[in-house]
Order: sequence, then C-alpha cells, then structure tokens
Amino acid sequence: MRRARVPAPIGLLAGLGLLLFLLPLAGLVVRAPWGQTATALGDQSTAVALGLSVFCSLTATAIALVLGIPLAVILARTRGPLRNVLRALTTLPMVLPPVVGGVALLLAFGRRGLVGSILNQAFGVQIPFTTAAAVMAETFVAMPFLVIAVEAGIRSLDHRYEEAARSLGAGYWTVFVRVTLPLLRPAIFSGAVLCWARALGEFGATITFAGNFPGRTQTVPIAVYLALESRPEAAITLSLVLLAVSIAILVGMRDRWLGAL
Amino acid sequence: MTKRLLVVIAVMVMAGCSGNGSPQQAPLTVFAASTLKTAFDRIGSRLQSSSHNIPTFSYAGTQTLTSQLTQGAPVDVFASADTAHMTVVQDAGLLSGQPAIFAHNKLEIAVAKGNPKGIHSLADLARPGLVIVLADPSVPAGKYAAQALAKAGVVVRPASLEQQVTGVMSKVVLGEADAGIVYMSDVVTSGQVAGVAIPDAQNVIADYPIALLKGAQNQAGANAFISLVLSADGQAILKAAGFEGA
Repeated sequence: MRRARVPAPIGLLAGLGLLLFLLPLAGLVVRAPWGQTATALGDQSTAVALGLSVFCSLTATAIALVLGIPLAVILARTRGPLRNVLRALTTLPMVLPPVVGGVALLLAFGRRGLVGSILNQAFGVQIPFTTAAAVMAETFVAMPFLVIAVEAGIRSLDHRYEEAARSLGAGYWTVFVRVTLPLLRPAIFSGAVLCWARALGEFGATITFAGNFPGRTQTVPIAVYLALESRPEAAITLSLVLLAVSIAILVGMRDRWLGAL
Repeated sequence: MTKRLLVVIAVMVMAGCSGNGSPQQAPLTVFAASTLKTAFDRIGSRLQSSSHNIPTFSYAGTQTLTSQLTQGAPVDVFASADTAHMTVVQDAGLLSGQPAIFAHNKLEIAVAKGNPKGIHSLADLARPGLVIVLADPSVPAGKYAAQALAKAGVVVRPASLEQQVTGVMSKVVLGEADAGIVYMSDVVTSGQVAGVAIPDAQNVIADYPIALLKGAQNQAGANAFISLVLSADGQAILKAAGFEGA
C-alpha cells in the first residue's frame, strides 16, 4: 500500500511551527557565553539556586507520588458525575495561570488564610517565604501531570491479572502492591518525570506564594528572571542548564512516553 | 511579562492594520514603571478625552521595561523609576532628545492599617520576629531601600526579595508580611496599608525621568503626553497619587 503524499501547505505550516520552537532555542545556544559557562556555573549564587531547584522539584515529585497515585486510583475506579468533578478539580492547576495558583495558595495557607491562620495561631507556623512553600507551590502545579498519566495507565490496565491474583486469595493490599503497582510502573515513571520537569520549571506560583530569597525560595527560574537584568550571561547559562535537562528528559523518555500516554 | 509583551505586540499589529483607516485615532504606546499606574492611567484618559491619541500603557518593573526596550520593543514614551535605567536606554542610542524629570518619590514603610506591630522607624524593622519583605536590589525600589537602610545603619533579614515593588505591597496588604519598604505613592494609591514616614536624613529621593523614543510611531502624540505630564494638570494628578512634583 502506498502512503498518501502530504500536501505542500501542510509541510510548510509544520515547518513554520517547528521553527517557532527551534529558533528561540537556537538563540539561546548561539548567544550563550560558552567561554564563561564554567565560571557562571561555579558561581556561588548559581550553585545555590541549582541545588535548591533540585531539592524542591524532587521533594515535590515525591509528595506527588505519595498523594497522586491514590488520587489516580480513585479517579480511574469511580464512575459518574463525582468522577467528572474530581477530574476537573485535579486538572485545574494545569490550566490555571500559575500566578493565580500562587495567590490561591496564599489565601489558603498564608498567615491570614483559611488553613494558614489556624496553623499560625495554634503552632506559630508561617508557610509563605519558606522552602516548604516553594515545594508546595511546585507540587500544586506539577502533581496533575502525574495523576493524569497514572490514571490513563490504570484505565488501560488488563484487570484480569488483578482478578487472577484475587481469585488465588490475595487481599486488596497484596494485589495493589504486588500486581497493580508493578504493572503501572511505566505510567508512574513517565508521570513522575513529567511532574518533575514541570516542578523544575515552576516560576509564577513559587514567586507569588514563596517569594524570592537566595538559598530559601530562589529556584533556578526565579534566578534566571532576576539575573537577566544584572548578569545576563548567568541567566543564559542557567537557561542552558534547564534546556539540557529538558532535552535529557525527552531523549530518555522517547520510548516510554508514547507507551504510557 | 510575556502577557504584557503580547498585549504590546497585539497593539502594534492592530496599529499596523488600521494605519489607513480612520485618521482620528492614533495609538500611543507608553512604557512606565509599575508605581506610575494610577497617575498615568488618569493622565492617559485626560489625553484621550482632549486629543485623538489612544494611549496604551505597559506597566512593569523599570528593569524589565529597560531590557525590553534595549531588545527593540517599539515604544513611543518611556517613564522610568530611576535615572540609572533611563541612562542605559539613552546610552543604547534609543532616545530622541534629553529625558526630563517629571516627579520625585520618597520611600515609606508600609504596614498593616492601625500599625498593630508598632513599627515607627527603619530601626524597628530589625526587631526579631517580624516578617519583612523588600524589593530585590536589582529593582530601583530595592536599591533605594538598601540605601536607606544603610544610611540608617539598620540590618534587616528580609523574608523575601520581591521582583517588583507591587509584590512588596501585596504581601503587606495580604498580611503575609508585617512591613515592607515601598514608595510613598504606593501607600497613597493603595489605600489598603498604613505608611510610616522615614526621616529625610535616612530617606532616598527617587527621580522619575520621562523621554521620547527615537523609534516613536506617534511622535506628536508622544510629545503631547509628555507635555501633559509636565503641565500643571499632570503635576496635580501626580501629587494626588503621592508623588512630589518636578
């Protein structure tokens, strides 16, 4: 069977679309101060921002795994209008402008917020401006990516394996831990990587909810934004690091991606 | 920032499309420091009612506007919150003529209404247990705050260094911060916080320059806007918004 030829206009438009992605990246690579990359990376403030970003994004991913997998199980196994409401609520942070998410987090967990005021009065705890706030902001924005990936994985699962295990006398927990989770490994993996990448790039919710302080809440994207003015070469170097990480993720995931989503 | 850029681009595109349309309407793009929003919105509507110019404002931190300008953003008028950034734009050869100082602004300490924490001076900001928010030193407001604190010999441990002065205001308004150092005009226009005056000896006076850009698409409108800002009417509006006149 001969494959139909793609008409020229479609090819042209596709090429333009590709250029829109590639040109900014080319700009970054061409303008990068390659000679100073090593010094910029070794710079104390750059290293601090990188370390904080790695810590916050990994912690956010860990929290997303602990809370997100159960949420995905509920989403995949409940039916009716309740599930639609739950799914809409879960995916809300994906479409919400991150700054709005940050304001919402302030109104919930801030010193005068719904929950934050209780925490503050009862325990003297203030969440905003702490590293915990940066982690919460990243989790808020990134967890939906994990939930969606895992939910899709559960729905495409062959449930006969679980039924077989159950018929052989295994309880819910045994089936979940020994059968369901291992079957879901690719979905969990790709969801976790997507979630981590989103957390690593988070800017709006973090600066709104957690503020900006080096070593405490100043993650790489915020450092890039502020360095753009005073130290543009540092900003470009940090951007390159994020770019390299993103490419590494894409290359590493190219097989699993399509399989799980 | 991206959104603002998009708005600017959209305005430019629309301006390009309507070029041969009605001659009465002349779009005018003004880049202005975020502190100027209240005053410039008023001056803008004054200009619109008295002429055929339709001003569009892009308010952001002065450092953001400066980098957008040096990257080639097509703009008619630039109003900066300090002379340093205006000089950067001037040195890049983007100005037409000399910038004019049109207003001055002082720093004030913003606290919750009623001043529940009893903050009366810069020295009080060093008290332990207070949550203090400043603007980042790369932003004019943050640079001035650092200068004022140095003059007063006070070392504070800020909880956050916000990317623009409006970020400092919102943290105080929302009650997340006990105090922040902002412009007097921010306290006056917000109306949601109380201001604690900083004595002149410790204070920093910020000069606000305005200038016409070389690449201005609407030179007549830009000059009309600048004249209005410098006129008695414009100065009265700026004073009502908490600025000191030129």
